[in-house]
This record gives sequence, structure tokens and C-alpha cells, in this order.
Amino acid sequence: MSTTTQTPTQPAGRRRSGPASPSLVQSIGLVAEREVKMRLRSKTFLISTGILLLVILAGIVVGGFLAKNTASETTKIAVVGSAGSSLIEGKAFDITEVANIAAAEELVKSGEVEAAIAPATDDNPTGVQVLFDTEASNTLIMQLSAQPQVTVLTPGDSGSAGFLLYIVSLGFGLVFFVSATTFGASIAQSVVEEKQTRVVEILMSAIPVKALLAGKVLGNSILAFAQILAIAALSVIGLTVTGQTDLLAGLGTPVVWFVIFFVLGFILLAALFAAAGSLVSRQEDIGSTTTPITMLIMIPYFAVIFFNDNPLVMTIMSYVPFSAAVGMPVRLFVGSAQWWEPILSLLVLAATAAFVIWIGSRIYENSLLKMGGRVKISEALKA
Amino acid sequence: MLELSHIDKSYGDRKVLDDVSFQVAPGRMTGFVGGNGAGKTTTMRILLGVLAANTGTVTLDGTPLTPEDRRRFGYMPEERGLYPKMRVEEQLVYLARLHGFTTHAAKHNAGELLERLGLGERRNDALESLSLGNQQRAQIAAALVHDPDVLVLDEPFSGLDPMAVDVVVGVLSEFAASGAPVLFSSHQLDIVERLCDDLVIIAAGTIRASGSRDALREAHAGNRYELLTSADTGWLRERAGISVVDFDGGYALFDADDAAAAQAVLREALTHGDVASFSPLRPTLAQIFKEVIQ
Repeated sequence: MSTTTQTPTQPAGRRRSGPASPSLVQSIGLVAEREVKMRLRSKTFLISTGILLLVILAGIVVGGFLAKNTASETTKIAVVGSAGSSLIEGKAFDITEVANIAAAEELVKSGEVEAAIAPATDDNPTGVQVLFDTEASNTLIMQLSAQPQVTVLTPGDSGSAGFLLYIVSLGFGLVFFVSATTFGASIAQSVVEEKQTRVVEILMSAIPVKALLAGKVLGNSILAFAQILAIAALSVIGLTVTGQTDLLAGLGTPVVWFVIFFVLGFILLAALFAAAGSLVSRQEDIGSTTTPITMLIMIPYFAVIFFNDNPLVMTIMSYVPFSAAVGMPVRLFVGSAQWWEPILSLLVLAATAAFVIWIGSRIYENSLLKMGGRVKISEALKA
Repeated sequence: MLELSHIDKSYGDRKVLDDVSFQVAPGRMTGFVGGNGAGKTTTMRILLGVLAANTGTVTLDGTPLTPEDRRRFGYMPEERGLYPKMRVEEQLVYLARLHGFTTHAAKHNAGELLERLGLGERRNDALESLSLGNQQRAQIAAALVHDPDVLVLDEPFSGLDPMAVDVVVGVLSEFAASGAPVLFSSHQLDIVERLCDDLVIIAAGTIRASGSRDALREAHAGNRYELLTSADTGWLRERAGISVVDFDGGYALFDADDAAAAQAVLREALTHGDVASFSPLRPTLAQIFKEVIQ
């Protein structure tokens, strides 16, 4: 080899003549940058993100609509004299007192009030009649009806609170499930793509395998976090605009915890997906190794649908690393978790994530160059 | 000087490389020839550090290769490896940046290489939209884009049409001429014969021959001669120390016991008529190859 010094642009006298290799951090950054760039260019990704955001938005709007319906607006009625005072007492009516039936009829017809209560003209046991303009309102009649005392001996959850809990649990479950599977699958695909096209050999000759794995996980994680943050922001703005500030106040803390749990939980899953991808050599085979992981993500999703009102199951879920991201925020929303519980659960998750990343990177490093059939996990761990 | 010494590699019980040693000299194109499964790709992967050898060393200028040295290698893997959906220039820039080039320098290198390899107009096309031959050119560009110190190319000419082969040969020769060791494998022996300065022949995991092409041809040159004259060459059969292999009017192919006997044939041929040509028959690479892998 010639020992003359050359300028880097000249292809001669070459040893160590090129630029210094990028640092580990720079390499990771470059890999992550490519992942993000390629993902953002993919129409599939943009469309699926759009759909997910739309579904969330629709959920909030529908939720707001339902909330409005149950909160009854004050109904305007006219009352002739003291007619039916026992029926309207303590109920939310906007009452206009009038002197006689004629005045009441006028108000009803003009639409200024929805109905008028006047003394009965027949021998009705309530002693009052209700005047409507064109059509009788059953809701109003129900409101005016006297009801017997109701005592429930073994009270369960009240219907509307149960429904809200269900929607909130489903929301966390859905967001976690969709984000984790989309980005997890894209990591696995990107790993297999590099393996299948053998570009990995070129990459490995340029940068350390660890940088490649870390960059891939980082790039996809950034996208996943951006998506989660977008969803969180959309939820907060949506809830504020639709006036569901009570729900927002209750959801605030759980949402913050959800984002924190998601960050760690996703990194754990990303390492698993990368390892799963590295075990196969062709896109067609990817399902065989990623399915078990997808199952792991589906468990919390279905568990919250079926067991969101079962405190024991939810407590267990909030500590199991794969479902903590969904279980703990739901428990915080319900208010059944102590202040230290999310922190403990987070530590469990962090420890698991560290362990899984270690295992995952080992599998990844050992399987990248093994072509052909599926690499056995025992083989990938051993080498 | 890139040097492999006593490399052994086994997969389980199967020994794929057995005491492999050879050198790749700077400024020279070294052809690496062997049949399917002979161990070429494994050797190249070990060179690149993509695969670890069981025993043996790889040195560059006498010092063991470090990962840092290897990053200054240009490598073209056996099965082509680039991102199918990425634009050609974009991935070259990416690869150069992974090697530490600034975006600006990376773009400069990529653009220049693509022009030289005739891909200038396709620089913004996705790799998968290119023909196989053009993908191959892009692959070669990928091996060169970071201006490597050493080039290791696994089958760089497979799938190229003759014009593309010439373009690539031109680029590689210039690269070698600038003082870099270049190792390339090929099963197209005619191209190797035309292109390489040095040769390494591998079979069943062992090196069967290595050295300069001319020395190898010299070493494997037999005692066979070719004679073309205006007269009939039937008299050759009667001569002592000569055995005729082929014979057709004024043309004769014969083996001589020694050089003196061959020279005697030439002198006699001149007495019979005009000699158009008389030459010792140099073996082609294909012949040497067949001989040494036996």
C-alpha cells in the first residue's frame, strides 16, 4: 500500500484517507432518520394514521353528543295559578306564571314555552292538565309524573358510569393495540426487508449491528410517540371543544401516565418485533414469528373489553408489563390505584424492557446473516 | 497489502474453509475463482468481518484488521443488497453518510458515480423500478460511494450485458490503478482472464492456486505447440519426440518432449514451406481452472 498522503476525494493511497466513521450516536441517528423518512413517505402509514385520528375524534364527538342528551336542559313551562305545584316542585323547570288558561294557551302556541300546566277540566286524579302545541312530549309527561320510591337492595355500577368506563378502557386499549401493532409490524418488516435484500451485509460492514437495531427502534418509536402525542392532544382539544371538561379532568392524569407507559412498553415491543423479524428471511414468513407478539398485545386489548369492571383482573393487568400501559391508566381513571402503584408498575416495566432489549438484540445480532429457513430461537440465543 | 492467513471456517461438522491463505496486492485486480460452494462468499464475508473465522487472521499492511479498517472497505455482497423502494441516489447518499461523509460530500460522490456508471438519469427512480442490469450498476456504485481503501466484490459482473461489463471494468481498473487492492469473484472466467492481474483459485474450501495471472499461465503452460504452414504437415508424425494431437493439412497441434524438439520442428517446417504461425499454446484460465480443481 502506498504511503503517500492523498486528499480524501482522490481514490488513491487510501488507507484511513476517508472521513472518520460516525460515532455510535450519529450512526443510530442516521438509521433512525431513514426509518422516519421512509415511513412518512409511505401512503399506507399516512392513511392509517389519519383513520386512527378520525376514529378517536368521532369517539369524542359522539361521547359529547351523548353527554349533552343525558344532561336535561331546563324546559320552559307556563303554570296557571298554583296548578300541579306538587308535580313541579324540586324539578328543573323554567316557570312562567300566568293568570288563566287563555294566557297559557297563547304562550304555548307562540312557542315561548313548551307546555303549560293548568287545572284539569275533567275529573283527572292529578287535578291538572298539560297543554301542548302540536304534539305531546312524553319526556315532559314523564318528568311531571309522580314516581314511587325506588330502593335497589344490591346496587351495581350505575349504567352510564359503566358505559363511560367501557369507552375509556376501550380507547386506551384501542390506541395501544393499533399503535403497537402498526409500528411493531413495520419494524419487523423493515428488519426482514434488509435481511431479504441483503442490504444488511453492507450496513453491517459500515456500522455496528447495535447501532442498526437501536436506530430502527428509535426511528419507529419516535413515529409511534408522535402518533400517541397527536392522539393525546386531539383528545384534550376535542374534549375541551365539546365541553366535556369533567371527563377531561378525570382523564388528564391517566393520559399522561398512558403516554409514559406507552413509551417504555413500546420500546420493549419494538425490540421483540425486531428480534422476531430477524429470525426469518422472507416477508412471507414474518407472520410465523410476529404472531406470538401480536397475541401479547391483543391480550390487554381484549382484557379491558371484557374485564374493565373486574378490579382483580385490572390490578393484575396494571402490573403485567405487556398490559400495564392499558391497565394502569384505566385504574387511575377509576381511581382504584394508589399514588405509588403506577411508579412501581413502571419500574417493573422498565426492568422487563431492559431485559427484553438485551435478549432481543442478541437474537437480532445472531440471526441477521442466517438465511434460508426460520432461525430457531435457541440457536439465535446461543451463537 | 491485504493478506489472509490460515483461515478455517466450519459450520457444525462441515468444514467450508480449510487453511485458506492468499494475498491481495495494492493496485492490482485479484480475481477470485471457484465453483459453486467452493467457499468464495464465505471467504469474502470473513474478509469483511460480516462473518467470523474459526481460526486464522486477516491483516492489512501487516496489522490485523480492525472494525475501523473494515469500514473503509467497499463491499458488494453475493446477493444484491439495496433498499428496493428507496431512490437510487438517496440510498447511495445514505450509505456514504453511514461511512461518515457529510451530506454534501455524499451527494457529490453519488452523483459522480451514477454519471460514470450511466445511471445519471435514473438517480431519482426507486431501485426496484430499474432493470436488473441497472440495479447491478447501482450496487457497484454502492460499493464505491464512500471512496473505500479496499474493494471486495462478490460476482460484480453477473447479469451485466457486455457494454455494462466494459463500463464496470473501466471503473474498477481505474480504482485499482489508483493504488487500492481489489478482490472480485466471478465464475465468468473469460472476464477474469481479461481483467485480473492476480488470480486465486479455490475449490472445496482450499486454495488450489494463487499468484499473478501470467505466472500461473506460465506454470501451467504445457509442451503443446501450434503450427500453421503453407505445406502439408504430415511429416510431423514421423518425428521422434513429437506426438501429434490434431492435424489438418497445413495445421498441426502437437506435444513436444522438450523445447529443443519443438524448435527443431519449426526449423524443419521452414524447409517444407512458409510458416504462418508457430506458438507454444498458453492454457486459458478455464483450462488451468479445470486442471487445478481436480
